[in-house]
Amino acid sequence: MNEELAKAYWRANLKVIGALLSVWALAGLIFGVLLVEPLNRIAFGGVPFGFWMAQQGAIFIFVVLIFVYAFVMERVDHRFRVDKDEE
Amino acid sequence: MSVEVWTYLFVTITFMLYLYIGWRARVRESAGFYVAGQGVPAIANGAATAADWMSAASFISMAGLISFMGYDGSVYLLGWTGGYVLLALLLAPYLRKFGKYTVPDFVGDRYYSDVARIIAVIAAVFISITYVAGQMRGVGIVFSRFLQVDIEVGVGIGMVIVCFFAVLGGMKGITWTQVAQYSVLIVAFLIPAGAISMRLTGWPVPQVGLVGSDIIQRLNEIQTDLGFAEYTQPYQSMNLLNMVCLTIALMCGTAGLPHVIVRFYTVKNVRAARFSAGWALLFIAVLYTTAPALAAFARYNLIESLNGKTIEDIHAMEWTQKWEKTGLLGFDDKNGDGVITLSPDKAASELTIDADIIVLSTPEVAGLAPWVVALVAAGGLAAALSTASGLLLVISSSIAHDIYYRLINPAADEARRVLVGRVMVVAAVGVAGFFGVNPPGFVGEVVAFAFGLAAASFFPIILLGIFSRRVNREGAIAGMIVGLGFTATYIVGTQADKMIPGLDAPLFGLWCFGISAKGIGTVGMLLNFIVTLAVSAMTPKPPAEVTAIIDAVRLPDHVSRAVILDEATE
Repeated sequence: MNEELAKAYWRANLKVIGALLSVWALAGLIFGVLLVEPLNRIAFGGVPFGFWMAQQGAIFIFVVLIFVYAFVMERVDHRFRVDKDEE
Repeated sequence: MSVEVWTYLFVTITFMLYLYIGWRARVRESAGFYVAGQGVPAIANGAATAADWMSAASFISMAGLISFMGYDGSVYLLGWTGGYVLLALLLAPYLRKFGKYTVPDFVGDRYYSDVARIIAVIAAVFISITYVAGQMRGVGIVFSRFLQVDIEVGVGIGMVIVCFFAVLGGMKGITWTQVAQYSVLIVAFLIPAGAISMRLTGWPVPQVGLVGSDIIQRLNEIQTDLGFAEYTQPYQSMNLLNMVCLTIALMCGTAGLPHVIVRFYTVKNVRAARFSAGWALLFIAVLYTTAPALAAFARYNLIESLNGKTIEDIHAMEWTQKWEKTGLLGFDDKNGDGVITLSPDKAASELTIDADIIVLSTPEVAGLAPWVVALVAAGGLAAALSTASGLLLVISSSIAHDIYYRLINPAADEARRVLVGRVMVVAAVGVAGFFGVNPPGFVGEVVAFAFGLAAASFFPIILLGIFSRRVNREGAIAGMIVGLGFTATYIVGTQADKMIPGLDAPLFGLWCFGISAKGIGTVGMLLNFIVTLAVSAMTPKPPAEVTAIIDAVRLPDHVSRAVILDEATE
């Protein structure tokens, strides 16, 4: 097997995972749990923002993150494919 | 028609549907039995995963729990959804590429060790049994509350139904039944939630009503007037450290639960596994973002309609009498002023509300038609049955596939393997039913700990198995034993008074930085990571055929084909 190509693919994958997991930690753990008190002083519609992040916003972001991963990896896969027509 | 007639009707119709699907999806080969022939479309697997995941507890108890915890209830929302991101990015695609039948399969092959395989089987069976016992109990409770049969009869009916579609169809039958069960449970959850949102905020979509109205401000005001902390005030029931630990334990535990992981073995390829995780979380998020809105609305509504009213006024509302009879709602005019007052002080509060009432009573409180109440009963049953069937299959496959086929009789043919699988499903249903009828006092406690145990055992081992080429057999076995051992010991030690009859005090206090038993899985997981890495560094590298497995797992099929092709043209 062509090791260089396989390694490059894996590095590309790790980069995508790293970026998305940073957003995940920011939304879920940092905004949702650690910074709730300061964020609660900001109003989001009729709700304090920190509370909204923890009970609604972070969950929406999580869903988007998984789909972003699936779509970005489609493109990464495509870049590493020789037999582009084959499914 | 009365609520009871509607309930019988809905429950009968949905059960006929599940049985029909189970019959249609019956299988003969072991691949069909264990991983649904690996042909489940991504979106269907997403719906099945969502139904598998959302148990009676998610359906009935979660909104109530949040209603009482306010902001602090977010740990469950964040933990149980955030885990899917970890699963989708770090585990599911690679495990699908690995392409065997069970989680212990991966652990055993990747760590080239039957000892590791057996530890994984024990952990999987233990986690699943504690979890499934609570589900069978949930089935019994829903039956007894809505159909007025004994809990034992209810558990019995549930056992027969689960047995039928799991024995006949295995994973394939379960998958398609779960798709139907997801549809039933989500409709049953959304209709009452939308109706109560419409009434209180003027918006039919609860998520919009929450933000688009001043309901949270009004709720915060009422709470402060009564002497409670504001609903949105954080860190009331646990401190920051415990909150972080519990959230992480729930996230990593979710990603490490065998019955969730195994769902991703059933899709067609790696691409489908990635998308399927997205669909699963989307379907889960529909319920998980509705629940906190419902929680706030229901709390506001309950306080508004009950606090400061006279007993006569309260009894004039039909639903209060009905729920008072079940013991889930109670009134006691302790100070004799003729008015019922809610108070944060339990001894002085004249109103007692069980958390489970929040979802179950919403249709009546919101004045919806009897058929909606019946629909909620059918939804609760769908939630409990779908989770129970997924767990039962994990238990049966762990023993029939990992122990019988991989260790005892590798020469067994297809027919024999499926037969053993079926027999094990029946045995597992029997065990689950036994615990459903005779719940050991600590089952409720233990279910919450299943996440900590999964986080401390499977999550690090599978993650490192994919992302590290250096981690070896010795490291993994030591890591699992330390992680599982530490977490189990801490849980049992700090909860001994609740788990072991005859003890009236725990064996030791919360000595680990005051972290509660529910959040300790996070520490166990860190220990597992440290021990696995340290022991691996001191012992020999894994053999070449294992590093070949790791390299293969990292490349999706179509990419590795391309890589090989590329090499051939050079």
